[in-house]
Amino acid sequence: MTDLAKERGPKGYRMSIDYKTAGPAIALFILCLIGYLLNPAFLSEGNLSNLLTRSAFIGIIAVGATFVITAGGIDLSVGSMAAAISGVMIIIMNASLDMMGAGFATVILGAGCSILLGIGAGWINGALTTKGKIEAFIVTLGTMGIYRSLVTYFADGGTLSLDFAIRGIYRPVYYGSFLGLPIPVWVFILVAALGWFLMNRTSFGRYCTAIGSNESVAKYSAIKVDRVKTLTYVIQGLCVSLATIIYVPRLGSASSSTGVLWELEAIAAVIIGGTVLKGGYGRIGGTILGALILTTIGNILNFTDLISNYLNGTMQGLIIIVAVWLQRGDWGKSRTKQPE
Amino acid sequence: MKTLRKIGSMALVGALSLGAGMAAADTIKIGVSYPTPTHAWAAGMNWHAEQAEKRLEQLYPDVDLILVNSPDPNTQASALEDLVSVHQIDALVVLPFESEPLTDPVLNVKQSGALITVVDRGLSQPGIEDIYVAGNNPELGRVSAEYMKGRLSDGDNIVVLRGIPTLIDNERFDAFMAEMDGSGVNILDHKHANWNRDDGFEVMQDFLSRFPDIDAVWAQDDDIAIGVVAALKQAGRDGDGMFVVGGAGMKETIKGIMDGDELVPVDVLYPPSMIATAMDVTVAAFKSNGPVAGRYILGATLITPENAASFYFPDSPF
Repeated sequence: MTDLAKERGPKGYRMSIDYKTAGPAIALFILCLIGYLLNPAFLSEGNLSNLLTRSAFIGIIAVGATFVITAGGIDLSVGSMAAAISGVMIIIMNASLDMMGAGFATVILGAGCSILLGIGAGWINGALTTKGKIEAFIVTLGTMGIYRSLVTYFADGGTLSLDFAIRGIYRPVYYGSFLGLPIPVWVFILVAALGWFLMNRTSFGRYCTAIGSNESVAKYSAIKVDRVKTLTYVIQGLCVSLATIIYVPRLGSASSSTGVLWELEAIAAVIIGGTVLKGGYGRIGGTILGALILTTIGNILNFTDLISNYLNGTMQGLIIIVAVWLQRGDWGKSRTKQPE
Repeated sequence: MKTLRKIGSMALVGALSLGAGMAAADTIKIGVSYPTPTHAWAAGMNWHAEQAEKRLEQLYPDVDLILVNSPDPNTQASALEDLVSVHQIDALVVLPFESEPLTDPVLNVKQSGALITVVDRGLSQPGIEDIYVAGNNPELGRVSAEYMKGRLSDGDNIVVLRGIPTLIDNERFDAFMAEMDGSGVNILDHKHANWNRDDGFEVMQDFLSRFPDIDAVWAQDDDIAIGVVAALKQAGRDGDGMFVVGGAGMKETIKGIMDGDELVPVDVLYPPSMIATAMDVTVAAFKSNGPVAGRYILGATLITPENAASFYFPDSPF
């Protein structure tokens, strides 16, 4: 017993960290195995590429959400923000068609506006939360409604469609591929790598963690809490605009049904990945696995007719809970408590 | 900008019609109440209602149509009360948000002596409405299946994308399956794509990965069909006589049919303009010498290149 306790010192601690990392990975592996057993076509190149491309939207948004949640905030407005930004992007590109013609310049103008809008919308959320001293939940609940109704208004209740002349040029951003991987997947990888670096290798990442753990202590430690928190929302907005830039060329349209429930999927991806909802602990790697798990569930459900269509939500809910339980539950640890 | 101007002109028209209403005491006042457009089909309905209002008021100077849209069932119930108390309407055209919560409010309007026309969604008590105008959901499924059978032969494979799990979706789907029964065409699987382009795209991508041989797709709805077409083109499986049948009558789809699109060669009508039909019939109740009370079930017309032009409204948002 004493030997065991000794062995468990620093090594045991590291083991439990590895364990948390492995949770979502194990869940994803089991899901893929189930998918393959149901239908070998699940592992076909085409399906895997679809799966990764699809994960890119939620994944990129979820990387931003990891920062917000780690710093103790929440952003419910991302889905509506994505819809509103898509809508404005389409309007701007269609309008500039007369002046600039259908060229790369038009697409770059649209993308540039999208990034400015994303940063601006994120800043509004951040400033209202920090300077306005309103709870993030309420601020972003409000902006969620505002952005959603704005896109409905812009589209006159209908659908905004990108002009076909621009679609031809813009199309490769979603459908093109580079070195065998679709472009959206490259963007996803890039955002994930930058996010990981920012979270784990910079003082900004440590500030986020510190603020999420205990805001008052962070304040007394001379961390500019308001600035860091606002920045997390700006990063979130930037991520939303990047996701939008690769989303728009897919179907070339935006309507009030664009991005519905993306906020909940992004938050779910973050939590499945091991980040703590109340803040203070964030993991970008886990978030990416979380996004992949969520998309894989939907994909597998489309690959089988064993389960009634009406029960799709039940399966999704169950798998999300099991995936989180895999990393939070006590099932792997021995019953003996670790020495404090 | 355009929208702003439109709102301005709408307010002006509203003010003018209000003024006109007050001037002539014996105007026929007809309230038109429907949900606030939050999706394309409803936006199309809003547009057709406004068109019908302009047209009917021009035709009959003594008819005053009052258009009100409401964002939820409660607001619609209040709007109905206002139509009675403030405007003292002679007739009501209503597309109920939901059947249950609006049955009593509509009954109250009827008790004020107004003629009642119900559109699309029936009330939960029979006998309240004098006139009922609706599209035909089972017929939409049946007409789609009939077209599919006509183009496919024994042993061909199709997949089905359904809407949001609701009664409407079930009626369409059940009628489709009943008509397909015994045709020898295999229905590989059916999944819900929620009348949504993105879901249509993803479900179709997965169907394409899962089934190497698909000959046709029933997408039930034009929005889903747009997603399906994008997925087919991405996978390069849009040739070889593959075709997609949607439904509703979106202007882009109808334009495609007029231009001879081979991938989406037809559409099945479930028209947002049914509100205009209801307004016409209601006005006729005051103006026509023939009886109009009764049930009007619109046909789920198959739109082909030959008749597409009469269903094409380029200015409508849908």
